Amino acid sequence: MSTPTAAGVSVMDVSALCVLVDVLRDRGYAVIGPTVRDGAIVLDELDSAERLPFGWGVTLDAGTYRLRRRDDGAAFGHAAGPQSWKSYVHPARERLWSRDGDGPVVAADETPRRPYAFLGVRPCDLRALGILDRVLGQGRHPDQGYARRRDGVFIVAVECIEPGRTCFCGSMGSGPAAEEGYDLALTELLDGSGSVSSSPGTPTYLIRSGSPAGTDVLAELPATPADAELVAHARDAVDAAAERMGRSLPADGLRELMVENRESPHWDDVAARCVTCGNCTMVCPTCFCTTTEDVTDLTGEHAERWRRWDSCFDLDFSYIHGGSVRMSGASRYRQWITHKLSTWHDQFGSTGCVGCGRCIAWCPVGIDITEEVAMLRAGSPDERTTAGDGAEGPR
Amino acid sequence: MTTALPLLYRVHGREVETYDTVTLTLEPMDGSLPASAPGQFTMLTAFGIGEVPISISGTAAPDGRLAQTLRAVGAVTRALYHATPGSVVGLRGPYGVGWDLSAARGRDVVIVAGGIGIAPVWPVLQAVLAHRRVHRRVTVLIGARTPRDIVFGAEIAELRERSDVHVDITVDQASNEWLGRTGVVTTLLADAPIDPELTDAYVCGPEVMMRFTADALLRLGVPAGRIQLTLERNMRCGGGLCGHCQLGPYLICRDGPVVTYDRTADLLTVREL
Amino acid sequence: MTDTSARRLPTLAVWKFTSCDGCQLTLLDCEDELLPLAGQVRIAHFLEASRESLPGPYDVSLVEGSVSTPDEIDRLKRIREVSGVLVAIGACATAGGIQALRNFADVDEFRSVVYARPEYVQTLDRSTPASAHVRVDFELRGCPIDKRQLLEVLTAYLVGRKPNIPRHSVCFECKARGTTCVMVAHGTPCLGPVTQAGCGAICPAYSRGCFGCFGPVAVDGAPAANVTGLVERLRALRMADDDIVRALRTFNSAAPEFSDAVPDGPSGRTR
Ligand SMILES: Cc1cc2nc3c(=O)[nH]c(=O)nc-3n(C[C@H](O)[C@H](O)[C@H](O)COP(=O)(O)OP(=O)(O)OC[C@H]3O[C@@H](n4cnc5c(N)ncnc54)[C@H](O)[C@@H]3O)c2cc1C
Ligand code: SF4
Ligand code: SF4
Ligand code: SF4
Ligand code: FES
Repeated sequence: MSTPTAAGVSVMDVSALCVLVDVLRDRGYAVIGPTVRDGAIVLDELDSAERLPFGWGVTLDAGTYRLRRRDDGAAFGHAAGPQSWKSYVHPARERLWSRDGDGPVVAADETPRRPYAFLGVRPCDLRALGILDRVLGQGRHPDQGYARRRDGVFIVAVECIEPGRTCFCGSMGSGPAAEEGYDLALTELLDGSGSVSSSPGTPTYLIRSGSPAGTDVLAELPATPADAELVAHARDAVDAAAERMGRSLPADGLRELMVENRESPHWDDVAARCVTCGNCTMVCPTCFCTTTEDVTDLTGEHAERWRRWDSCFDLDFSYIHGGSVRMSGASRYRQWITHKLSTWHDQFGSTGCVGCGRCIAWCPVGIDITEEVAMLRAGSPDERTTAGDGAEGPR
Repeated sequence: MTTALPLLYRVHGREVETYDTVTLTLEPMDGSLPASAPGQFTMLTAFGIGEVPISISGTAAPDGRLAQTLRAVGAVTRALYHATPGSVVGLRGPYGVGWDLSAARGRDVVIVAGGIGIAPVWPVLQAVLAHRRVHRRVTVLIGARTPRDIVFGAEIAELRERSDVHVDITVDQASNEWLGRTGVVTTLLADAPIDPELTDAYVCGPEVMMRFTADALLRLGVPAGRIQLTLERNMRCGGGLCGHCQLGPYLICRDGPVVTYDRTADLLTVREL
Repeated sequence: MTDTSARRLPTLAVWKFTSCDGCQLTLLDCEDELLPLAGQVRIAHFLEASRESLPGPYDVSLVEGSVSTPDEIDRLKRIREVSGVLVAIGACATAGGIQALRNFADVDEFRSVVYARPEYVQTLDRSTPASAHVRVDFELRGCPIDKRQLLEVLTAYLVGRKPNIPRHSVCFECKARGTTCVMVAHGTPCLGPVTQAGCGAICPAYSRGCFGCFGPVAVDGAPAANVTGLVERLRALRMADDDIVRALRTFNSAAPEFSDAVPDGPSGRTR
């Protein structure tokens, strides 16, 4: 972790957030950030920083999410909500092309009119964007729609000093500090430290740039150089957060654990609880699966192809002529957790989980990835049949 | 390279292979796909109906034409089966890793195909015959459900005339006129003139058939790494983006469809993987 | 690809069994879309729209309503014989509908309480879906069905495509439209996780739990929804078994996943 020198870090007060949003909007960005709606902190386009969820926090647990009032004015005093930035760079529904009669195939131009500026990207989500970049943007056949939406996104990251009860980015090495991939990074301090802060409870922000574009924007903000002591204080607060994660998922041996457990009886145990609703995959910031639908008007003359989010929990996901490969809930849960924690490494060179905890909070029946792993680890090895011995042949 | 947009191809020829199988020869209308390798596949669109993965069963390089053989099993393949010369389809690709042909130089070659599986391995046979002398013995074993289901019957008959290729056919259920063999395709292996340690096998057919064939080859002594097979999973994108074609660590559209048995034997025995 | 001028127009028939007509009304509600539809199909039998009735056979038959009298069984069989494609529409035709609540009670008792001359009321003691009696080519869920889905099914059969009717949970639709989960964020009981999508997740968008109008997620008749898993969670949220049973026994009460989810629960007599 490269500790930024005090020279690179500035400090600003809460009113500077308004300036930040205005500057970004003036530069033509659609600013997307957290705001309160329907009893949750959701992502939406912000016309001003006033719509940030000042003074709101959340209480999280498996299958539970509750908004609560905080006793301070934090704008970022909440952990990941029901949506992730995926919704913007890899939307739930997208038209790919259309064709009229015998005409040409016309690409749908779904490029956003204005480039996005993401305000309030947590370090875990920053890592998740990096993973999507690799999966969708850097393969042999990159997704051009993704590239169009992703190129030029301006990212304002916010480090975490107050992890939620479902967070475990510390275990996955993807937080609580922002390390790379941002244009600007903020640390929100609420303890009254920082020279410009008037009183405890009123946030003060440390801000640093991670790109030329970030430096450019920073130059327009009412921020002053931060002294080394304050920077060190903030760094300690972020480091301490790593020790206060609500959950943990020790990474060692995880990949192998999943492979060894391909035929574990535990999958039936999860399947009795999992309702295969697919929420975990849709809230996950890295789950990228999609399917296509070909549609026509009634005359059949106008044809379109749409792409929408799909999930390995959908029965049709693995359909091949004659029936789906993964019919049982057990096999679908196994696919999900194995992909996230193990086969993602084989396919894309990293883990597929960044420890944001969304799948835990937003599972309507409260299934917890960290607990399932703990149960798999606890399962006695002789209970498991070992798959993986090719010479043994089929049964 | 564009991945989401199908290129328009015109159906140039339509050869009826069986009651449910046709070979379409497709010619580019406005720009063609990059050159393909044997064993690769395209995503073939019947406009307004849908898109499916289909192997390339032949290429006629000069004018960019390619042949695809398909069996009508559902809505999309039925629409394609009925596509008449002149009609327009969409193509994306080519995708995936094809057959490794270099492996078989100076060795015995055995090709085992079940049903429509003959189409994806056909380019292997063509390549082998084009350079017949660099290989040792060449064996083609074909299985079909009934005599009516034999695809490429005329070509196979021609092949049987050659003295430098061993051809054998079996059907699961014989008809009255059928004078050939009956039984599963693995039974043909017993008579195949191969030296197992010096053999490269190319297997294509339904997944169970491929597993039994690969295991039979293993028992004969063909090394697992020398047995190539081509896998099928649901595919929506063809290019590693949609996640549908996963089999454990692999994305079949990207890491396959052709795989060697040493890398996949343990995966294929896990139920619902 | 379609040449409308030279072709005989395919015929469409709409049939009503025991039902409220709501699903047929969905078809009538497709005003804008019906115009081009009229150019693509010949509506041969649709009493809600016209008294004219052409003789069969029919290319596509839409069947609304459940089978609840002996006559209806015979009529459905005759319709099957003269229909190319038979699509069951709505919760009544796909799961027996609200009237299948009788399946949990004593019909004779009802009959004598409700009707002055019960002997005139011909009824079966169970209300059953069309698929219990004849082969059904497609089941379109919903109480009532969704207009877009109905048009999709009709269009798909007209052009020869597989209808794009997803067989996943309502949660997919909530997440796609950005609705916050009412169960997780508000503690509101919701059948969405085990209910098939199709409505567009209307109720959660108004902060209410899903009522299960589209029935349990199932594939080709094979049960796929783990309703017991959801029931366990509802119990953990302190919902009483009586209330859980009541939530499950509405529009799709006779769907086995819903009716059998609370095995030790009360008898199911609905009040
Ligand atoms: C790499 C590859 C190569 C193939 N090559 C050939 C070939 O050369 N000739 C041939 O006849 N068939 C081939 N198939 C199988 C062919 O793709 C399916 O028969 C076809 O998708 C069925 O689609 P359908 O709409 O007609 O049937 P339906 O049963 O209605 O299928 C509905 C949808 O499910 C998916 N699907 C169904 N079956 C399969 C399947 N077996 N594999 C992948 N997706 C499936 C498709 O998206 C399809 O549109 C190949 C499959 C793969 C994966
Ligand atoms: S698997 Fe769960 S914790 Fe991991 S990144 Fe996805 S939603 Fe977050
Ligand atoms: S876990 Fe499932 S939905 Fe998520 S990326 Fe993997 S296969 Fe796709
Ligand atoms: S783990 Fe939870 S969120 Fe995921 S499919 Fe199962 S029940 Fe739904
Ligand atoms: S077919 Fe889409 S990832 Fe393989």
